[in-house]
Amino acid sequence: MAEMSVQLVAVERRLWSGTASLVVAQTTEGEIGIMAGHEPVLGQLVEGGVVKIVTTDGETVIAAVHGGFLSVTGDGVSVLAESAELADEIDVAAARAELDKGDEDERARAAARLRAAGQTV
Amino acid sequence: MAELRVLRQKIRTVKSTQKITRAYELIATSRIPKAQARMAAAKPYADEITNVLSALAGASTLDHPLVVPREQPKRAGVLVVTSDKGMCGGYNSNVIKAAEELQSLLREQGKTPVLYVIGRKGLNYYNFRRREVAGSWTGFSEIPHYTDAASTGESLVEAFMRGADDEGTNPGADGILGVDELHIVYTEYKSMLTQAPVAVQVAPMQVEYTEEPDRLTPSYSFEPDAETLFRELLPKYVNTRLFSALLQSAASELASRQRAMKAATDNANDLIRSYSLQANQARQAQITQEISEIVGGANALAAAGSDE
Repeated sequence: MAEMSVQLVAVERRLWSGTASLVVAQTTEGEIGIMAGHEPVLGQLVEGGVVKIVTTDGETVIAAVHGGFLSVTGDGVSVLAESAELADEIDVAAARAELDKGDEDERARAAARLRAAGQTV
Repeated sequence: MAELRVLRQKIRTVKSTQKITRAYELIATSRIPKAQARMAAAKPYADEITNVLSALAGASTLDHPLVVPREQPKRAGVLVVTSDKGMCGGYNSNVIKAAEELQSLLREQGKTPVLYVIGRKGLNYYNFRRREVAGSWTGFSEIPHYTDAASTGESLVEAFMRGADDEGTNPGADGILGVDELHIVYTEYKSMLTQAPVAVQVAPMQVEYTEEPDRLTPSYSFEPDAETLFRELLPKYVNTRLFSALLQSAASELASRQRAMKAATDNANDLIRSYSLQANQARQAQITQEISEIVGGANALAAAGSDE
Protein backbone atom coordinates (compact mmCIF):
# COMPACT_ATOMS: atom_id res chain seq x y z
CA MET A 1 0.00 0.00 0.00
CA ALA A 2 1.19 3.49 -0.78
CA GLU A 3 2.47 5.28 2.26
CA MET A 4 3.36 8.84 3.19
CA SER A 5 5.23 10.37 6.09
CA VAL A 6 3.03 12.13 8.61
CA GLN A 7 3.95 14.50 11.42
CA LEU A 8 1.60 15.65 14.12
CA VAL A 9 3.28 18.55 15.92
CA ALA A 10 2.01 20.77 18.71
CA VAL A 11 3.82 23.93 19.73
CA GLU A 12 5.52 22.40 22.73
CA ARG A 13 6.25 18.93 21.40
CA ARG A 14 6.01 16.49 18.53
CA LEU A 15 3.09 14.19 19.28
CA TRP A 16 3.48 11.61 16.61
CA SER A 17 5.43 11.00 13.46
CA GLY A 18 5.67 8.05 11.19
CA THR A 19 4.28 6.61 7.99
CA ALA A 20 0.57 6.40 7.37
CA SER A 21 -1.82 5.46 4.63
CA LEU A 22 -4.69 7.82 5.50
CA VAL A 23 -5.16 11.08 7.38
CA VAL A 24 -8.62 12.46 8.09
CA ALA A 25 -9.15 16.00 9.38
CA GLN A 26 -11.76 18.75 9.34
CA THR A 27 -10.78 22.04 7.76
CA THR A 28 -12.99 25.10 7.96
CA GLU A 29 -14.34 24.10 4.54
CA GLY A 30 -15.25 20.56 5.49
CA GLU A 31 -13.83 17.12 6.13
CA ILE A 32 -10.79 16.13 4.16
CA GLY A 33 -9.24 12.71 3.73
CA ILE A 34 -5.69 12.47 2.51
CA MET A 35 -3.95 9.46 1.04
CA ALA A 36 -0.51 9.18 -0.50
CA GLY A 37 -0.13 11.20 -3.68
CA HIS A 38 -2.69 13.85 -2.68
CA GLU A 39 -2.29 17.25 -4.30
CA PRO A 40 -0.53 19.86 -2.13
CA VAL A 41 -3.00 21.49 0.26
CA LEU A 42 -2.79 24.08 2.99
CA GLY A 43 -5.81 24.12 5.23
CA GLN A 44 -6.95 25.71 8.43
CA LEU A 45 -8.44 23.14 10.80
CA VAL A 46 -11.61 23.84 12.75
CA GLU A 47 -11.33 24.84 16.41
CA GLY A 48 -11.71 21.75 18.53
CA GLY A 49 -11.23 19.29 15.71
CA VAL A 50 -10.31 15.64 15.66
CA VAL A 51 -7.55 14.26 13.45
CA LYS A 52 -7.43 10.58 12.58
CA ILE A 53 -4.32 8.89 11.22
CA VAL A 54 -4.34 5.31 9.92
CA THR A 55 -0.77 4.05 10.09
CA THR A 56 0.79 1.64 7.63
CA ASP A 57 0.55 -1.07 10.33
CA GLY A 58 -3.21 -0.62 10.28
CA GLU A 59 -3.34 1.07 13.67
CA THR A 60 -5.38 4.19 14.18
CA VAL A 61 -4.01 7.27 15.93
CA ILE A 62 -6.61 9.78 17.03
CA ALA A 63 -5.88 13.22 18.44
CA ALA A 64 -7.86 16.25 19.54
CA VAL A 65 -6.37 19.26 17.79
CA HIS A 66 -7.02 22.91 18.66
CA GLY A 67 -6.12 25.88 16.52
CA GLY A 68 -4.33 23.94 13.85
CA PHE A 69 -3.21 23.91 10.28
CA LEU A 70 -2.77 21.11 7.82
CA SER A 71 -0.06 21.10 5.21
CA VAL A 72 0.16 18.46 2.50
CA THR A 73 3.23 18.51 0.29
CA GLY A 74 4.88 16.04 -2.02
CA ASP A 75 7.01 14.91 0.93
CA GLY A 76 4.20 14.15 3.31
CA VAL A 77 1.60 15.55 5.63
CA SER A 78 2.11 17.79 8.64
CA VAL A 79 -0.55 18.73 11.11
CA LEU A 80 0.36 21.84 13.14
CA ALA A 81 -1.58 22.58 16.29
CA GLU A 82 -1.39 25.19 19.02
CA SER A 83 -2.26 22.39 21.37
CA ALA A 84 -3.09 18.76 20.75
CA GLU A 85 -3.65 15.62 22.72
CA LEU A 86 -3.51 11.98 21.68
CA ALA A 87 -6.64 9.98 22.45
CA ASP A 88 -4.97 7.79 25.08
CA GLU A 89 -3.67 10.86 26.98
CA ILE A 90 -7.07 12.44 27.36
CA ASP A 91 -8.58 12.63 30.82
CA VAL A 92 -12.21 11.86 30.03
CA ALA A 93 -13.55 12.87 33.45
CA ALA A 94 -11.79 16.24 33.34
CA ALA A 95 -13.05 16.89 29.82
CA ARG A 96 -16.61 16.04 30.88
CA ALA A 97 -16.35 18.46 33.80
CA GLU A 98 -15.09 21.21 31.49
CA LEU A 99 -17.89 20.50 29.04
CA ASP A 100 -20.40 21.38 31.74
CA LYS A 101 -18.99 24.58 33.11
CA GLY A 102 -16.35 26.08 30.79
CA ASP A 103 -16.98 29.05 28.49
CA GLU A 104 -17.79 28.50 24.83
CA ASP A 105 -14.19 28.06 23.72
CA GLU A 106 -13.39 25.63 26.52
CA ARG A 107 -16.56 23.66 25.80
CA ALA A 108 -15.59 23.25 22.14
CA ARG A 109 -12.16 21.99 23.18
CA ALA A 110 -13.63 19.64 25.75
CA ALA A 111 -16.06 18.28 23.17
CA ALA A 112 -13.21 17.62 20.75
CA ARG A 113 -11.23 15.83 23.43
CA LEU A 114 -14.21 13.64 24.26
CA ARG A 115 -14.81 12.83 20.62
CA ALA A 116 -11.13 11.98 20.16
CA ALA A 117 -11.32 9.71 23.20
CA GLY A 118 -14.17 7.85 21.56
CA GLN A 119 -16.94 9.17 23.83
CA THR A 120 -20.23 10.45 22.59
CA VAL A 121 -20.92 14.08 23.40
CA MET B 1 40.34 36.55 72.07
CA ALA B 2 37.72 38.80 70.52
CA GLU B 3 39.32 38.49 67.08
CA LEU B 4 39.11 34.71 67.15
CA ARG B 5 35.39 34.81 67.97
CA VAL B 6 34.72 37.28 65.15
CA LEU B 7 36.59 35.14 62.64
CA ARG B 8 34.69 31.99 63.67
CA GLN B 9 31.43 33.90 63.31
CA LYS B 10 32.45 35.00 59.79
CA ILE B 11 33.28 31.43 58.79
CA ARG B 12 29.84 30.27 59.97
CA THR B 13 28.12 33.04 57.99
CA VAL B 14 30.00 32.30 54.79
CA LYS B 15 29.28 28.58 55.17
CA SER B 16 25.55 29.14 55.44
CA THR B 17 25.57 31.48 52.43
CA GLN B 18 27.52 28.87 50.54
CA LYS B 19 24.85 26.29 51.29
CA ILE B 20 22.30 28.53 49.58
CA THR B 21 24.43 29.30 46.55
CA ARG B 22 25.31 25.65 46.13
CA ALA B 23 21.64 24.67 46.28
CA TYR B 24 20.81 27.26 43.60
CA GLU B 25 23.67 26.01 41.48
CA LEU B 26 22.51 22.40 41.69
CA ILE B 27 18.90 23.31 40.93
CA ALA B 28 19.92 25.37 37.90
CA THR B 29 22.23 22.61 36.65
CA SER B 30 19.46 20.03 36.88
CA ARG B 31 16.96 22.26 35.05
CA ILE B 32 19.15 23.22 32.10
CA PRO B 33 18.74 19.91 30.22
CA LYS B 34 14.95 20.24 30.62
CA ALA B 35 15.02 23.77 29.21
CA GLN B 36 17.15 22.57 26.32
CA ALA B 37 14.76 19.69 25.66
CA ARG B 38 11.85 22.14 25.58
CA MET B 39 13.69 24.26 23.03
CA ALA B 40 14.29 21.18 20.91
CA ALA B 41 10.67 20.07 21.27
CA ALA B 42 9.36 23.41 20.05
CA LYS B 43 11.56 23.33 16.97
CA PRO B 44 9.50 21.07 14.66
CA TYR B 45 6.48 23.34 14.94
CA ALA B 46 8.52 26.49 14.34
CA ASP B 47 10.15 24.92 11.28
CA GLU B 48 6.86 23.70 9.88
CA ILE B 49 5.05 26.99 10.36
CA THR B 50 7.91 28.80 8.62
CA ASN B 51 7.63 26.38 5.69
CA VAL B 52 3.89 26.84 5.49
CA LEU B 53 4.20 30.60 5.70
CA SER B 54 6.77 30.78 2.90
CA ALA B 55 4.52 28.62 0.74
CA LEU B 56 1.62 30.97 1.48
CA ALA B 57 3.65 34.11 0.93
CA GLY B 58 4.24 33.04 -2.64
CA ALA B 59 0.53 32.61 -3.27
CA SER B 60 -1.04 35.60 -1.53
CA THR B 61 -0.68 39.31 -2.17
CA LEU B 62 1.18 40.03 1.10
CA ASP B 63 -0.82 43.11 1.99
CA HIS B 64 -1.45 42.18 5.62
CA PRO B 65 -0.54 45.00 8.08
CA LEU B 66 1.94 42.68 9.79
CA VAL B 67 4.15 42.51 6.71
CA VAL B 68 3.76 46.01 5.26
CA PRO B 69 6.15 48.60 6.78
CA ARG B 70 4.24 51.75 7.82
CA GLU B 71 5.06 55.12 6.36
CA GLN B 72 6.45 57.32 9.11
CA PRO B 73 6.48 54.92 12.06
CA LYS B 74 6.07 57.02 15.23
CA ARG B 75 5.83 54.59 18.12
CA ALA B 76 7.83 51.41 18.48
CA GLY B 77 6.90 48.68 20.95
CA VAL B 78 9.85 47.07 22.73
CA LEU B 79 9.28 43.82 24.62
CA VAL B 80 12.03 43.12 27.15
CA VAL B 81 12.32 39.53 28.37
CA THR B 82 13.83 39.34 31.86
CA SER B 83 13.65 36.83 34.70
CA ASP B 84 11.36 36.68 37.72
CA LYS B 85 14.11 35.77 40.16
CA GLY B 86 17.56 37.18 40.60
CA MET B 87 20.72 35.27 41.54
CA CYS B 88 21.68 34.96 37.90
CA GLY B 89 24.67 37.22 37.50
CA GLY B 90 24.54 39.77 34.72
CA TYR B 91 21.61 38.13 32.92
CA ASN B 92 19.02 40.83 33.60
CA SER B 93 21.34 43.81 33.45
CA ASN B 94 22.70 42.63 30.09
CA VAL B 95 19.29 42.31 28.53
CA ILE B 96 18.14 45.63 30.01
CA LYS B 97 21.28 47.29 28.68
CA ALA B 98 20.55 45.92 25.21
CA ALA B 99 16.98 47.23 25.51
CA GLU B 100 18.24 50.69 26.48
CA GLU B 101 20.53 50.71 23.46
CA LEU B 102 17.66 49.76 21.19
CA GLN B 103 15.48 52.48 22.70
CA SER B 104 18.06 55.19 22.18
CA LEU B 105 18.51 53.99 18.61
CA LEU B 106 14.74 54.23 18.08
CA ARG B 107 14.69 57.72 19.58
CA GLU B 108 17.43 58.77 17.15
CA GLN B 109 15.20 57.55 14.35
CA GLY B 110 12.43 59.78 15.68
CA LYS B 111 10.31 57.01 17.16
CA THR B 112 8.91 56.90 20.67
CA PRO B 113 9.70 53.59 22.38
CA VAL B 114 6.80 51.94 24.20
CA LEU B 115 7.91 49.45 26.84
CA TYR B 116 6.46 46.00 27.39
CA VAL B 117 8.12 43.85 30.03
CA ILE B 118 8.18 40.14 30.86
CA GLY B 119 9.61 39.15 34.24
CA ARG B 120 9.57 40.76 37.68
CA LYS B 121 13.19 41.91 37.58
CA GLY B 122 12.68 44.03 34.49
CA LEU B 123 9.40 45.38 35.82
CA ASN B 124 11.05 46.40 39.10
CA TYR B 125 13.86 48.09 37.20
CA TYR B 126 11.50 50.28 35.19
CA ASN B 127 9.06 50.93 38.03
CA PHE B 128 11.92 52.03 40.28
CA ARG B 129 13.01 54.54 37.65
CA ARG B 130 9.41 55.67 37.15
CA ARG B 131 9.45 54.71 33.50
CA GLU B 132 6.10 54.07 31.95
CA VAL B 133 5.46 50.40 31.16
CA ALA B 134 2.64 49.79 28.69
CA GLY B 135 2.19 46.13 29.57
CA SER B 136 3.82 43.50 31.73
CA TRP B 137 3.60 39.76 32.27
CA THR B 138 5.24 37.91 35.13
CA GLY B 139 5.41 34.51 36.74
CA PHE B 140 6.57 32.25 33.91
CA SER B 141 10.15 33.25 33.14
CA GLU B 142 11.66 29.93 34.16
CA ILE B 143 9.12 27.59 32.58
CA PRO B 144 7.26 29.46 29.85
CA HIS B 145 4.29 27.73 28.25
CA TYR B 146 2.85 28.44 24.86
CA THR B 147 -0.29 29.92 26.42
CA ASP B 148 1.92 32.59 28.07
CA ALA B 149 3.52 33.43 24.74
CA ALA B 150 0.10 33.46 23.09
CA SER B 151 -1.47 35.87 25.58
CA THR B 152 1.53 38.21 25.36
CA GLY B 153 1.54 37.91 21.58
CA GLU B 154 -2.15 38.67 21.32
CA SER B 155 -1.88 41.93 23.26
CA LEU B 156 1.18 42.98 21.28
CA VAL B 157 -0.40 42.22 17.92
CA GLU B 158 -3.54 44.06 19.05
CA ALA B 159 -1.46 47.13 19.99
CA PHE B 160 0.24 46.88 16.64
CA MET B 161 -3.07 46.70 14.75
CA ARG B 162 -4.43 49.65 16.71
CA GLY B 163 -1.40 51.64 15.67
CA ALA B 164 -2.44 51.42 12.03
CA ASP B 165 -4.72 54.47 12.10
CA ASP B 166 -2.61 56.68 14.39
CA GLU B 167 -1.43 59.95 13.00
CA GLY B 168 1.39 61.39 15.08
CA THR B 169 0.06 61.80 18.60
CA ASN B 170 -3.51 61.62 17.40
CA PRO B 171 -4.82 58.18 18.33
CA GLY B 172 -6.95 57.88 15.20
CA ALA B 173 -10.39 56.38 14.78
CA ASP B 174 -10.24 53.79 17.58
CA GLY B 175 -9.12 56.33 20.19
CA ILE B 176 -6.19 54.22 21.36
CA LEU B 177 -2.55 54.86 20.66
CA GLY B 178 -1.00 51.72 19.27
CA VAL B 179 2.49 50.99 18.03
CA ASP B 180 3.91 50.96 14.51
CA GLU B 181 6.71 48.51 15.10
CA LEU B 182 7.35 45.60 17.46
CA HIS B 183 10.75 44.56 18.73
CA ILE B 184 11.74 41.83 21.18
CA VAL B 185 14.87 42.00 23.28
CA TYR B 186 15.75 38.63 24.74
CA THR B 187 18.79 36.52 25.55
CA GLU B 188 19.78 34.13 22.84
CA TYR B 189 20.93 30.74 24.07
CA LYS B 190 23.89 29.70 21.99
CA SER B 191 25.39 27.09 24.30
CA MET B 192 25.92 26.36 27.97
CA LEU B 193 28.74 28.89 27.98
CA THR B 194 27.53 31.62 25.64
CA GLN B 195 24.32 33.55 25.86
CA ALA B 196 23.98 36.97 24.31
CA PRO B 197 21.20 39.55 24.43
CA VAL B 198 19.70 40.17 21.01
CA ALA B 199 17.06 42.53 19.64
CA VAL B 200 14.86 41.39 16.79
CA GLN B 201 12.03 43.09 14.96
CA VAL B 202 8.91 40.93 14.75
CA ALA B 203 6.51 43.36 13.13
CA PRO B 204 6.29 44.49 10.46
CA MET B 205 8.00 41.33 9.30
CA GLN B 206 10.81 41.63 6.90
CA VAL B 207 9.97 39.68 3.81
CA GLU B 208 12.91 38.13 2.06
CA TYR B 209 12.62 37.57 -1.62
CA THR B 210 14.85 34.90 -3.02
CA GLU B 211 16.03 35.45 -6.56
CA GLU B 212 15.96 31.88 -7.71
CA PRO B 213 13.48 29.36 -6.40
CA ASP B 214 15.69 26.60 -4.98
CA ARG B 215 13.26 23.97 -6.15
CA LEU B 216 9.95 23.86 -7.88
CA THR B 217 7.44 24.98 -5.25
CA PRO B 218 4.29 22.88 -5.43
CA SER B 219 1.15 24.74 -6.40
CA TYR B 220 -0.98 24.39 -3.30
CA SER B 221 -4.69 24.44 -3.11
CA PHE B 222 -5.92 26.39 -0.10
CA GLU B 223 -8.77 25.77 2.29
CA PRO B 224 -10.02 28.46 2.94
CA ASP B 225 -8.45 30.84 0.41
CA ALA B 226 -4.86 32.00 0.68
CA GLU B 227 -5.68 35.49 2.01
CA THR B 228 -7.78 34.19 4.91
CA LEU B 229 -5.16 31.60 5.77
CA PHE B 230 -2.40 34.17 5.67
CA ARG B 231 -4.36 36.43 8.00
CA GLU B 232 -4.91 33.57 10.45
CA LEU B 233 -1.37 32.30 10.31
CA LEU B 234 0.59 35.53 10.77
CA PRO B 235 -0.42 36.21 14.39
CA LYS B 236 0.33 32.58 15.20
CA TYR B 237 3.72 33.00 13.61
CA VAL B 238 4.38 36.02 15.86
CA ASN B 239 3.39 33.89 18.86
CA THR B 240 5.78 31.17 17.73
CA ARG B 241 8.64 33.65 17.46
CA LEU B 242 7.77 34.96 20.90
CA PHE B 243 7.58 31.47 22.36
CA SER B 244 10.98 30.60 20.98
CA ALA B 245 12.38 33.84 22.49
CA LEU B 246 10.86 32.91 25.86
CA LEU B 247 12.29 29.39 25.76
CA GLN B 248 15.75 30.66 24.86
CA SER B 249 15.58 33.26 27.61
CA ALA B 250 14.56 30.62 30.15
CA ALA B 251 17.49 28.41 29.20
CA SER B 252 19.84 31.40 29.29
CA GLU B 253 18.55 32.43 32.69
CA LEU B 254 19.27 28.97 34.09
CA ALA B 255 22.69 28.78 32.49
CA SER B 256 23.66 32.17 33.80
CA ARG B 257 22.32 31.36 37.26
CA GLN B 258 24.30 28.15 37.25
CA ARG B 259 27.47 30.05 36.35
CA ALA B 260 26.90 32.87 38.81
CA MET B 261 26.12 30.50 41.66
CA LYS B 262 29.13 28.32 40.88
CA ALA B 263 31.33 31.42 41.06
CA ALA B 264 29.69 32.41 44.35
CA THR B 265 30.24 28.94 45.82
CA ASP B 266 33.89 28.99 44.75
CA ASN B 267 34.35 32.45 46.24
CA ALA B 268 32.82 31.25 49.48
CA ASN B 269 35.35 28.41 49.54
CA ASP B 270 38.23 30.87 49.14
CA LEU B 271 36.84 33.08 51.89
CA ILE B 272 36.42 30.15 54.25
CA ARG B 273 39.98 29.07 53.59
CA SER B 274 41.48 32.49 54.28
CA TYR B 275 39.32 33.05 57.37
CA SER B 276 40.28 29.61 58.73
CA LEU B 277 43.94 30.45 58.21
CA GLN B 278 43.53 33.72 60.10
CA ALA B 279 41.51 32.02 62.82
CA ASN B 280 44.19 29.34 63.28
CA GLN B 281 46.91 31.95 63.44
CA ALA B 282 44.94 33.89 66.02
CA ARG B 283 44.37 30.70 68.02
CA GLN B 284 48.08 29.79 67.93
CA ALA B 285 49.09 33.33 68.84
CA GLN B 286 46.71 33.13 71.78
CA ILE B 287 48.15 29.79 72.95
CA THR B 288 51.70 31.07 72.55
CA GLN B 289 50.84 34.11 74.56
CA GLU B 290 49.20 32.01 77.29
CA ILE B 291 52.26 29.74 77.52
CA SER B 292 54.66 32.66 77.69
CA GLU B 293 52.48 34.24 80.36
CA ILE B 294 52.51 31.00 82.39
CA VAL B 295 56.25 30.51 81.94
CA GLY B 296 56.84 34.14 82.77
CA GLY B 297 54.66 33.83 85.87
CA ALA B 298 56.37 30.60 86.97
CA ASN B 299 59.79 32.15 86.47
CA ALA B 300 58.76 35.16 88.45
CA LEU B 301 57.45 32.92 91.25
CA ALA B 302 60.62 30.79 91.16
CA ALA B 303 62.79 33.92 91.28
CA ALA B 304 60.77 35.24 94.20
CA GLY B 305 61.07 31.80 95.99
CA SER B 306 64.91 31.54 95.55
CA ASP B 307 65.34 34.94 97.06
CA GLU B 308 63.83 33.84 100.37
